[in-house]
Amino acid sequence: MTIDWTHFTPFSSLSGGILIGLAAAVFVLFDGRIAGISGIIGGLFRPKRGDVAWRSAFLFGLLAAPWLYQTVAPLPEIRVDAGSGTLVIAGLLVGIGTRYGSGCTSGHGVCGISRLSPRSLVATAGFMLAGFVTVLIVRHLFA
Amino acid sequence: MTSFFALLSGLIFGIGLIVSGMTDPAKVLGFLDLAGTWDPSLALVMGGAIAIGLIAFTIARKRSLSLLGLPMQLPTARQLDRRLILGSLTFGIGWGLAGICPGPALVLLGEGVTQGALFIAAMLAGMGIFEWLERRKA
Repeated sequence: MTIDWTHFTPFSSLSGGILIGLAAAVFVLFDGRIAGISGIIGGLFRPKRGDVAWRSAFLFGLLAAPWLYQTVAPLPEIRVDAGSGTLVIAGLLVGIGTRYGSGCTSGHGVCGISRLSPRSLVATAGFMLAGFVTVLIVRHLFA
Repeated sequence: MTSFFALLSGLIFGIGLIVSGMTDPAKVLGFLDLAGTWDPSLALVMGGAIAIGLIAFTIARKRSLSLLGLPMQLPTARQLDRRLILGSLTFGIGWGLAGICPGPALVLLGEGVTQGALFIAAMLAGMGIFEWLERRKA
């Protein structure tokens, strides 16, 4: 393993992580809920009374974040290497997988590990392992 | 007020994702590429988020009501079953293929990135398939 020092961004990544932690803290302390994004979206498929407004508000916040960000600084460059076919397959797998597994990087990875939940530790280990192996196969074995 | 704090949390969350670098799929894949030149940044994103989360959830666990007087709705499931493990592995494969997970996908859509919109459409279809299979089983 070689460390990619040119792309390593310790300060901004740690700061961004702290903001993500603060967002989860605001949500659980005021609304009593887990900031798990796949679960918040998934709940809209079975809407309950009084449920749609806060779910939509949270998701709208995520969508509006880049607009707020760029009032202060230009948005960082992004690069999407995946083609359309890969994006569709990846999206389908993420949609099905996060619903069967009851969570994603936010619900299990951030909130669940913070709660020291054994289920979330197992889930996070699972999706990280699958992510590492998938990139290994795509970049190094099939390349 | 519930929706106000949901909106606030979503905004802070999204800004955190942008600041951290998680909205750049190439950076996420750089973290998942252990065998190549590895970018450890995302470990610090998780570390920073969990450091704050540990404090918040320690407080939350001791309360039955939130600061707005709402019931504290923390998950109660304990079983490590096949659904949890297979679901998480499936999610991880998708994450490793594109370098995008649900939160950053929404931010990318908000930025008007077409690949983000395509990913979201497929992700919603995947969630729809899950719902359809669950309802058929019931």
